[in-house]
Order: sequence, then structure tokens, then C-alpha cells
Amino acid sequence: MIRPLIVIRRVPTIDFMRWHVFGFAFSILLGCVSIGLFAAIGLNYGIDFKGGTLIEAKTQGPADLAAMRAKLDALHIGEASLQNFGDPTEVLIRLPEQPGGDAGQQRAIELARKALGPGIDYRRTEVVGPTVGAELIRAGALATVLALVAILIYIWFRFEWQFGVGATISTIHDVVTTIGLFAIFRLEFDLTTLAAILTIAGYSINDTVVIYDRVREAMRKYRTMPFRDLINLALNETLSRTILTVSTVALAVLSLLLFGGEVLKGFSIAMLWGIVIGTYSSLFIAAPIIYYIQPNRRAVPRDAASGEPDTTRPPPGRPTNRPRGA
Amino acid sequence: MLYFANWKVLLICGVCLLGVVFSLPNLFTPAQLAWIPHGIPLKQVNLGLDLRGGSYLLLEVDVGAAETEQLNSLIENVRSALRNAKIGYTGLNVENNAIVFTIRDQDRIEDARTALAKIDPSLTLTIGTDGAGKMQFSTQATDQRRSQAVEQSIEIIRRRIDETGTKEPTIQQQGSDRILVELPGIDNPEHVKALLGKTAKLTFQLVDTSMSPEEARRRGLPPGDEILSAQEQAARSGQPSQYLVKRRVMVGGDTLVDAQATFQNNEPVVSFRFDTAGAKRFGDATRENVGKPFAIVLDNKVISAPVIREAIPGGSGIISGSFTVQSASDLALLLRAGALPAPITILEERTVGPDLGADSIHAGAVACVVGVILVVVFMFLFYGLFGLFADIALVFNLCLMLGSLSLLGATLTLPGIAGIALTLGMAVDANVLIYERIREEMRSGRTMLSSLEAGFTRAFGTILDSHVTTLVAGILLYWLGSGPVKGFAVTLSIGVLTSLFSAILVTRLQIVTWLRRWKPREIPL
Repeated sequence: MIRPLIVIRRVPTIDFMRWHVFGFAFSILLGCVSIGLFAAIGLNYGIDFKGGTLIEAKTQGPADLAAMRAKLDALHIGEASLQNFGDPTEVLIRLPEQPGGDAGQQRAIELARKALGPGIDYRRTEVVGPTVGAELIRAGALATVLALVAILIYIWFRFEWQFGVGATISTIHDVVTTIGLFAIFRLEFDLTTLAAILTIAGYSINDTVVIYDRVREAMRKYRTMPFRDLINLALNETLSRTILTVSTVALAVLSLLLFGGEVLKGFSIAMLWGIVIGTYSSLFIAAPIIYYIQPNRRAVPRDAASGEPDTTRPPPGRPTNRPRGA
Repeated sequence: MLYFANWKVLLICGVCLLGVVFSLPNLFTPAQLAWIPHGIPLKQVNLGLDLRGGSYLLLEVDVGAAETEQLNSLIENVRSALRNAKIGYTGLNVENNAIVFTIRDQDRIEDARTALAKIDPSLTLTIGTDGAGKMQFSTQATDQRRSQAVEQSIEIIRRRIDETGTKEPTIQQQGSDRILVELPGIDNPEHVKALLGKTAKLTFQLVDTSMSPEEARRRGLPPGDEILSAQEQAARSGQPSQYLVKRRVMVGGDTLVDAQATFQNNEPVVSFRFDTAGAKRFGDATRENVGKPFAIVLDNKVISAPVIREAIPGGSGIISGSFTVQSASDLALLLRAGALPAPITILEERTVGPDLGADSIHAGAVACVVGVILVVVFMFLFYGLFGLFADIALVFNLCLMLGSLSLLGATLTLPGIAGIALTLGMAVDANVLIYERIREEMRSGRTMLSSLEAGFTRAFGTILDSHVTTLVAGILLYWLGSGPVKGFAVTLSIGVLTSLFSAILVTRLQIVTWLRRWKPREIPL
């Protein structure tokens, strides 16, 4: 029989609630900084949202960025930004949105190709006009808001409203701080980043739901236990799951970040941050919020819909022998 | 008691088998697949343009311009209707999608109404008591005309693209006035864009020789005339840069049945042929105007203005005018495909070269494989035999995902591959939840079987909740996302569904089989 090599045998007894005030303070600070940065310096929008032209070019030798920039500047099509992209022979060129509406964008790319001359392999070209850019921003914002609302409706439906509030706040926290991360490090914010943010929202809620499920279960079982202990118990009981799941998802995302290529870098960074902050917020934001807006314990049915037995099992650590029907 | 009915066992094994069968073709190249005898399902995952290389164009049909165009063509009818009824008018023009004019004599308003009512039943006519008249298409007619313009544009774009020899283009309507064009394998769409950017409306109009364009500009345009500039190449080669031509179209390009690029005196030219009606009109027009120049006008630019030497009854002719071989064959192509009913603007363009596509597939595959290996090792370290069960389920999950993607004909994009990698990490979450629960139940002193049973049933609610929330995000992304992001939404959503199956049922089946076969005394957790 193959036994696991690493086992967390005992349920830990960490007093999470002791730290929740620090968690709140830290998160409020983080949230305010994020909102402040977003308002003050904004996001480094990719061309998906801003409009403009993006060219990924591969030169034969190491790329001479200064020479290429000089050639592009001579065209007077706005300030071109050039940067190496993964490899010294690969250059990412961004041209700002051109005047003349949607039709105006097309000219710039032709001019740029002519100016840069032959010997360049154009690996990727993206041109987004102002019409589409504005629509993508709108659709993106709408998707984020709708996703949050839809997920919350589901939680409202499955849990009491207090849990819904907790999940909302912690998810908004995760979305806001991810946006803050992109603002402070000037990471490019494009369509895939938006996809990452929605996935983060899904993941974060997922994590929160697992803990809330446990809180609710504990509410049914230990009807007289102080709420503070109840939350601690739920967090400790799910801690090993939390750690293991974060690890597997982080491993998958890490391999994306390391091997998935330059195009997925923004997505992977956002996801990695989202996994960490999503886990943190489930433990230190979502769970403690329930302590402040306690659901009415009498409203929680004694017998769960799943046929949960109304045990008065003592907290783990002192196991009693109560085998049930096999 | 953990028990599986035989039909359930068969069903689970069957689904897994199908997943493997449908995902297998993806391991081979199309060339290798050609060797396998037919009759076996061989669908491969449909790769998005960012992976296979190609060009994505989002076009917008300027439906407003199409309407103005139609009104402009009706303005002549209004002019002649009023003239025939001998009703005086001023200010006949097209403004804000309506034909506007003013009737001079207010007593004649009723007569004007009767005269104009016959022109087009879809036009609504209003004439105020001050004589100010307005004709515009009814809302219903406008909508109909707009959708017609878009449909027609799609048809013509398809013809133009087919003529360029692009393989497997996708051309479809998006929203009310957008057209999405996908051209696999095209890594420089400049030529296609140039072809799509032209309306290619060809007309033959008489040149007004009574005065020069400069004179007309000074003294006011003679009624029914317009000044058109010459095409750039023509103007460069010493031809006049502007022409004064009669508005009335002698023959339009819509009556053309064929156009070919050929040579005349070693110069590239375009030969064309009219249908019967066009041939007759062209013959009549040339017979009546021998000795006068007529302008060949493309998109309101004069290509050339030869003098009619004699009547041309045969219905075919030649356009010459400083063409290069390429521009002659492009014009022939455009004339063959027909004119667009309205100008088209390119809103968005995304082109990926084949090298980058191949690199992306490679990087994505490596990331997925490394991700799977890491997760597999991790699960084994932390759960031993049960981790192995979860790992086997994970591999089936991957097969099921690939199989469903192939079967559904869904498009796999680079973000889609990210979705696969991510789902693989999240799929084992269900196993983690179950196993942790089993451990807890064991700790609380339950027997082995009851712990297993309780672990599965109690974790199920939580697993369902977490999957539904992810699925909600996935569906919204699919709904509101575009292009590559849609690909991510597809793999994420499919992955959530298949992992629900594999992580719960496949794992459970393995555990049950293990229980029956080896009759273990305890759970190795």
C-alpha cells in the first residue's frame, strides 16, 4: 500500500481571529493604495483598450533598438515605444493611436513596415481602432461587474445574505488589489489580463465558499460555541485543503509563467498574484467579516438539506468513537 | 456502502474511453492522420489564428453611406418628376439621410405630393405648408436596406477573398453592421486589406466639354454636372488631374459580367464584358456620343477619359490607364466580384505569423505538460495511493477536455491553453476536498467505509459550489469576451465540467475497485 510521504496529521489550532484586525488594516491600506494609484496614474492599458498598433518583430541579428526607433520617429506617427521581448532579436513596437479614426490606424502600420525595411520577420501585428477599444473597455467592465453579481446571487441563493456580503467584499478586495498591482508595476493591462481578473474572482469566491461551507456546518453542529471559535475552527479544519489547493494551482500557473511564453506573461502574473491574495482574503477578510455580521444561528436549519446529522461532536483533537451506519 | 451499479461502471469507462479516442488524433500531424483508414473519428482541435498563424479583420459597413448613396440615386428621379409636372422647386439636396427641397409655389404642394408619391413606396414624403419638403426611408425600409447592405457586402467580400486564393476563410456577420473576416495562413494582409478597402463602384459618365473644371468652379457648376479628380497614377502620367463630368451614369459596373487583366500594346489593361442590358445601353450611349470623351470612373475617381471613336455595339471594351500588372489584375478582380454597396472601414486587425503560432503551441504544450507533472508529483507526495488515483483521473480529465474540444469543433487559442493548464491545477481541488474530508472523518473515529462514504457525500456540496462559481465566470467571459479570450472561456468552462466528472466519478470508481480487489483494512491517507 502506497502511503503519502507528507501528511498533515493534526488539525492545527491557529488563532486566525487574533490577526484579523491586522488583516483588515493591511487590506484597507492595500485597497486604498490601489484605488489611489488607479486614480492618480491609471493603468498601462494595452492596445486592446487604448487603440493603436502593436508589432512584434524578429530581426536577423540582435535588434538595434535605437536605429529602429530613429526610423520610426522620422515618420512622425507619434511616439513609438520599442522594447525587447524575451529574446534580443525580438522587438515589441507600440505605436500610439493615430488621428483620423478607425481608417487612420491602417496607414501607420504600412508606413512603419516600409520604414523598417526588409529583413524583418513580422511575428505579430495588432491594430485596434478607437471604436473597438472603447467597446472592449465597456464589455470588459460589464463582464467583471456581471460576473461578481452573478456569483453573489448564487451565494445568496446557497447561503444566508451575510455570507454574500462577506464574499462580495473579499472578492472586490481581490479584484481591486490586482488592478493596483498592475498600476504600480506598470504591467500591461489587456484582454487576457481581464480574463485573468475574472478567473481570480472565480477562484477567490471558490476558496471563500469552501470556508463558508465549513462555517455553516460548524454553526449547525456546535450551536453554543462562541462565533469567534467557530470561525477559527472552520479555518483550521480547512487549512490543509487551502494550502494544498493553492499549491497545485500555483504550480500550474508557475509552469505557465516559466514556459508559456511572453504572450501569457501578464496573464500568469495576474493569476499568481490573484491566487495568493485570494487565499489571504478568504482567511483574513471573508471569514472575519462573518464575525461582525453574524448570521442568525437560529435561522440556520438544524438538519441540512443533505441530511446532515445533528451531532454535538466535540471539537477535533479528542476523537470519540462514534461510527455511523455503514 | 460504496457501490457502483454495473451500468454506471460501464458508463464511466465508456466516457473515459471516448475521451481518449477523441483526443488521440491531436497527437498526430494531419499528414500522419491521412495514413489512418477512414471511418475512424479523426477530428483535431480547431486551432485559433493566434496558434496557426493568420489574419483576423473586423470590418464595419458604413450603412449610413449606403443609404445616402441610394438617396443620391433617387434625387434624379425627384428632379425629373417635379420637372415633368412643371413644379418649381429650390434647394434639392440630400441632407441627414433625407432628400430635402422647397416647393416655390405653395399652391402646387398638393400636385407635388401626387407627382412624388410614385417614385418609391418605401419613401415617406412630408411637405410643410411653407413648401419645405422632405423624403426619407421609413424606419422599416431603412432597417431592411441596412441589413441588405451588410449581407451584400459579406457576399462581395467573400467573392473578393475567394479570388485571392485564400484557403478556408471565415467571413461572418457580427452585430448589426460588422463583418468578421478570418484568413488562416495570411501573415501580411496588406493586399487583402487594399482589396477590401475599395468600394469598386465603376461608372461610365460623359465628360462635359462645354467648359474646363476650373471655369466651372469659377462660374458655378452647370446643373447635373460634377467635378471628379483623376486617379493618382493617371494624374502623374500627364493626364488632367480633374474632369468636369455629367452626373448621369451612362452605364454602371453592376451590368458587368466579366473582367480580365490583359495586355494591349504591351501595356497592362483590363478588358470587360457587359450583360445584354448593359451591352445595349453601352452601345446606344457610344453611338449617340461619337467624338465626345467619356470618363471611366472608379470610386469617384476618373481612371481615364478616352474619346469615343465609334459606336461599340458588342458589349465589351477595354479600360486602359497607366496600370501596373498588379493594379490591372486587382481592378479586374474587383470588377468581377462586384461593387460593395457601402464603404468599409477596418476596425481591428490582428495578424500572427506562422512562426509565432508554432512557438506559442510549443510553449503552451510545454507549460501544460510541466504543470501536469508538477501536480501529479505533488498529489502523489501528499496523498500516496489516493494521490495516484487522482492523478489517473487528471490524465483522463485532460483527454476528456481535448476530446470535447475536438468534438465540439471549439477553437483553441493561446489563452485557451492557459485555461487548460489552469483547469488542471484546479481540477485536483475536488480530490483535495474529498481526501481531506475523508481524513477528517477518519480522525473523528468513523470506520473506513463510512469515512470514505462521508468524505465523498459531504465534500460534494462544496465541490459543486466552487465549480458553479467558476463556471459562471467562464460563461460570462465567453459571452462578453472576444477572440482569444473566448478561447480561454471555452477551455475553462469545459474543464470545469469534465473535472467534475473525472475528479468525483473516476476517482470514486478507482477507489471502489481497489476496495473490492484488495480488501484493504485501512485507508492509506
